[in-house]
Amino acid sequence: MKRWLFIALVVALYLLHQDYWFWFSAKPLVFGILPVGLFYHVAYSVAVAVLMWGLIRFAWPDHLEDESGHHVSSGEKPS
Amino acid sequence: MIPALVVFTYLGVVLYIGIFAFRRGDRGGAAEGYFLANRSLGQYVFLLSLFGTNMTAFTILGSAGHAFANGIVTYGLMGSSSAFLIPLTLYLFGTRIWVLGKRHGFITPVQMYRDRWECGHIGTAIFAMQAILLVPYIVIAVMGGGTTLSAVSGGVVPYWLGGLVVAVVVMSYVFLGGMRGTAWVNTFQTVLFLTFGAVAIIFVGMSIGGFPQAMQRLIDSPDTAPLMTRERIDPRFFFSYMLIPLSSIMFPHISIFCLTASKVGQFKKTIIFYPICILAIWLPCTFLGLAANAMTDVPGIEVKIEARATLADERELLSSAETAELQRAAAGDDVIILMLEHYAPLWLAGLLGAGIMAAVMASDSQILALSTMFAEDVFAYYGGAARFGPAVQVQTGRIFVVLIALVAYVIALQVPPGIFGIAVQYAFSGFTTLLPLLVGALFWKRSTKWGALAVVIWTATTMTAVAVLQATVPAPVPGTIVSVWDINGIDVVTRIPGGTAVLGFMPVLPMLLGSSLLMLVVSWVTPPPTAETLTRYFSTNQTNGRAVSV
Repeated sequence: MKRWLFIALVVALYLLHQDYWFWFSAKPLVFGILPVGLFYHVAYSVAVAVLMWGLIRFAWPDHLEDESGHHVSSGEKPS
Repeated sequence: MIPALVVFTYLGVVLYIGIFAFRRGDRGGAAEGYFLANRSLGQYVFLLSLFGTNMTAFTILGSAGHAFANGIVTYGLMGSSSAFLIPLTLYLFGTRIWVLGKRHGFITPVQMYRDRWECGHIGTAIFAMQAILLVPYIVIAVMGGGTTLSAVSGGVVPYWLGGLVVAVVVMSYVFLGGMRGTAWVNTFQTVLFLTFGAVAIIFVGMSIGGFPQAMQRLIDSPDTAPLMTRERIDPRFFFSYMLIPLSSIMFPHISIFCLTASKVGQFKKTIIFYPICILAIWLPCTFLGLAANAMTDVPGIEVKIEARATLADERELLSSAETAELQRAAAGDDVIILMLEHYAPLWLAGLLGAGIMAAVMASDSQILALSTMFAEDVFAYYGGAARFGPAVQVQTGRIFVVLIALVAYVIALQVPPGIFGIAVQYAFSGFTTLLPLLVGALFWKRSTKWGALAVVIWTATTMTAVAVLQATVPAPVPGTIVSVWDINGIDVVTRIPGGTAVLGFMPVLPMLLGSSLLMLVVSWVTPPPTAETLTRYFSTNQTNGRAVSV
């Protein structure tokens, strides 16, 4: 369930990058300086950071650390 | 000249960090020490260095120049798309590359491909493809160095000398410090250019009496109003550009860097904070590049705006030579430097120039990656390490560092400016096309070496086709397109000012679809690797019984 929720969130965020709804608009100027299309992508970047936090917090592949296993020292031929 | 002195001081500091790392590093000549810093980087050095490795001349100079010409679309094209896809690929692929490197002792991705698909020469073909695609990335750093040093010195340091100085400094600390020196320098550089953006915005904003008036002027003028929206950009082009950041994890210097973490948990902070770091550097660069259009009191910028207006108004009357000359004059790769020269006090312009240099010089990781690949994938693989020992292998890598820097410098002198276009058209699209190699190796048991070879051949063929097309059909002036191939009145392939389009999409879309399809089809009709190899890569997790792909 959790896995599918995060997959859905990742796909949704991918699609939300294509913000056609602000394509032809410069106004409003957010904070008086940022055209709305630029502000949208600033907010998008923050949303991505939140999603990444969620992935780390709730869907981190803990098993990877355990599975790193034997470390072949330098100079040995990879197995 | 004061800014140039500050920048030269900065170069001296960077050089010293490399020498310091050399003294602190492993002097025994072990390859893993020189090429991977003994897989010992902590989380903050890992975050800042990895981010710095991805930020190059392309980021600060290229993005500001692109925003100067194209407006706000620049941030959406490469900023927010990178903020999403780069941490996501680190989460999905970077962590698994780290595990395999740790488990099997891999130092380069080609070692993993050779082992995973039980192949030798096909691995060499992958090495060659990656090396060819990496060279333009190194070249743009040298070009950016030449542009920056020339600009901050007011032309006293010519372009050729600026590029030479950057090439020599980078070569020196990579030669001496290896991965440890490169990571430390990158960490220092990242801190510098992250502060650069905020300081530059504040000073330029104060100098011009605030940005709101400048933005209002841009909206009110019919010439600049389109820069505040994306009305000139085809949504299909924007959509396909989203694929470009997938290239990041395929760049050898990024996948090799994934191997330097001391544990997989070091990825966590990098994945969370990467989008914020992108925001902190791309937003100021895009915004300043956009705002430069309102700064007609800066002489250098005024010349560029006039050249662009001439291109738009008289495009039918201009010869191709005149068009090319005007396109060079209108190029905005140095607008930030011109702005700082004009508005910032001398001492500050120097400090900010050093911040720009920090990003420009991020070619160190690419140079180190190429030398690592040569030393491991060619020299060691074909018997050099066994015959001459690991110390000679490291020395060979160092010699290769010198050769790469020299070749990049010579190419940088021959290639005309236009940092953004060169990087995107060749290196980024090519590495995105190679992505099925990594997906197949990590997640698909049935993938084969022949599928991998098909991906490499497809990438080389399509890249060559795009390069030949763009060399034979000149770029049209902004606002126009040239149809190259149409079917029943539908433009299939067109030449656009920024490159080439296929049905309105960037070539990277059909290139990636083609390579994915080839990996699937060719792998299905060729024999898979042995069960023993597959067991090593696709073990069963004992704790929960499910198959995991590492």
